[in-house]
Amino acid sequence: MSDFAIELQDVAVCYRVPLHPTLSLKQYAVQLLQRKAAARDCWALQAVNLQVARGTALGVVGANGAGKSTLLRVLARVLRPVSGRVRLRGSVAPILELGAGFDMELTGRENIMLGGAMLGQSRQCMERKLPAIAEFAGLNGFMDAPLRVYSTGMVARLGFAVATDVSADVLLVDEALAVGDIAFQQQCLQRLREFVARGTTLVIVSHSPALLATVCTHALWLAGGRVQHSGAAQPVLAAYQQAML
Amino acid sequence: MAAIYDSAGRWWHPLGEVAELWRYRHLLQLLVRRNIAARYKRSVLGLAWTLLNPLLTMLVLTVVFSSLFAPAVSYYPVYLLSGLLLWNLVAQSSLAAMNDLLWNGSLLRRMYLPRTIFAVAAVGTGMLNLLLALLPLLLVALAVGAPLRAVIWFMPVAGLLAALFALGLALLVSALAARFADVVDTFQVLLTMWLYLTPVFYPAGIVPPAAARWQGLNPVLHLVECFRAPLYLGQLPGPDTLLTAAAAALGMLLLGWLVFTSQADQLTYRV
Repeated sequence: MSDFAIELQDVAVCYRVPLHPTLSLKQYAVQLLQRKAAARDCWALQAVNLQVARGTALGVVGANGAGKSTLLRVLARVLRPVSGRVRLRGSVAPILELGAGFDMELTGRENIMLGGAMLGQSRQCMERKLPAIAEFAGLNGFMDAPLRVYSTGMVARLGFAVATDVSADVLLVDEALAVGDIAFQQQCLQRLREFVARGTTLVIVSHSPALLATVCTHALWLAGGRVQHSGAAQPVLAAYQQAML
Repeated sequence: MAAIYDSAGRWWHPLGEVAELWRYRHLLQLLVRRNIAARYKRSVLGLAWTLLNPLLTMLVLTVVFSSLFAPAVSYYPVYLLSGLLLWNLVAQSSLAAMNDLLWNGSLLRRMYLPRTIFAVAAVGTGMLNLLLALLPLLLVALAVGAPLRAVIWFMPVAGLLAALFALGLALLVSALAARFADVVDTFQVLLTMWLYLTPVFYPAGIVPPAAARWQGLNPVLHLVECFRAPLYLGQLPGPDTLLTAAAAALGMLLLGWLVFTSQADQLTYRV
C-alpha cells in the first residue's frame, strides 16, 4: 500500500473555450442544428503522472500558461480531470484562495469561523484556534471590525493564518505569496518549513526558483501542460533556471 | 483516519456528496444563519418581515376573492395562506438555490466546497421560514374561527416532504442554470404559470372537468394538499394524496440529486 499523499495517473485537463458569448438555450439549439463548433479545446494539462510522498515539499515551476494553477486546482478538487485519475490522502487546504470566501460585512472573528467552515472544520475546532490565528496574522486589534476596513494585505494574512492553522494534510500555495511585507513573507516561509518538518505535504507554485530552493525537497517543471522534469529539488530547479535564461 | 479522495470512483459522486455535506455541516449552518439574518438585519420589523409578504397577499386576495369562492371555500384566509406558505417554500428555495450557485461561481472555481451546499442551504432556509410562519398561520386560523384539531402536528411533516421536493427541484434547475444563461428567467416565468395551475388561490373543484383529470399530475398540488388538510379540513390527508406526495418528493429529490452531482464537475470548467 503506497504511502503517497498525492497521486496523479495520466491526468489531463481540457478547457472548452467558447467561441461565442454565453449561450442561451435557443442559441445552443440553433448551433446544434447547424453543427457549428461552439468551442475549441484547450489542453491545460496532458499525461501528467505524479506521486508525492507524505511530508514532501514539492515546488512547481514553469512559464506562464504552463498549467501550474490548473494543477493546483486539480489537487484542490476544484477541477476534475477529463481523463486520468487523482488520488488524495488526507485533507487539502488552499492557502490564499481562502480569502475569496470571506464576507466583507462580517467581522474578522466571524470570517475566521467562516473560513474554517469552508475548509470543513467544526465549530469547536475553530473556536479553540481563534486566538492563535489572530495572533499569527497580527490582527489582534481588528477582530471585531468588519473585513471591509481591512487592507488587502490584512485579508491575505488572515486567509493564510486560517488556512495554515487548520492542520490540513496537504497545503497548496499559489504564487501570490508575494502579498504582504517582507516580514510576513519570512513568517510564512518559516511556518511552511515547520509544516514540512511536521510531515505536512506541501505543493508550492512560484516563479522564483530561489524561494523554492529554500523550502522544497522536490520540484516539478511544467511546460505546455506536460511534465518536463520532476525529481529532487536542486537538479530540477537548476535545469529550469538554465532553460529560462 | 485520513479521508481518501479518488476521482475515478464512480459511485463517489451521488453518495460521496452526502458524506461531504455532513463534513461541511458547520458551513451549512453558517449559510442558513446568514440567509435568515440577511432578511431581518435591515428591517425594523425583524422576524415579522418574512411573514409580512404572504400575510399581505392573503389579505388582499381574501378581500378580492372571498365572495367569489365563499360558498365553496369556508375560512378562505386559512385555505389561501397555508397553500401560499407551502408554495413559497418550493418556489423561493429553488430560485434562491439557483441564484446562490451562480453568485458563488467564482468562489467555487477557487476552492472546493460540496457543490450541493447552496441548494441545501437555500431549502433549509425555506424550511425554517415555513416553520416560523406556522405560528402566525395558526393565529390567523383562530382569528377567522377555524377549528384547530390535534392533527396539525402533521403539518411540519408535510413541510418536510415539500422541502425534499424543493431540494430536488432546486438542484435540477441549478444544474441547468449553470449551463444555460436564460434558465433563470425562464424558470421564473414557469413558476408563475405553475402557481396558477396549482389550487392555491382557488378551490380545486372550479377547474373544468376536461382539465381536472390532468390536475392530478401536478406534484405540488398533492404536497399543498398534505400541508393544508390538517389545518383546513381538520384531518390527515388521504392515503392517495399522501403516497403521491411522498413519491413525488422522493422522485424529484433523486432526479435532481443525480443530475446535479453528475454535472457538478462541469461547473468549474466555465472558463
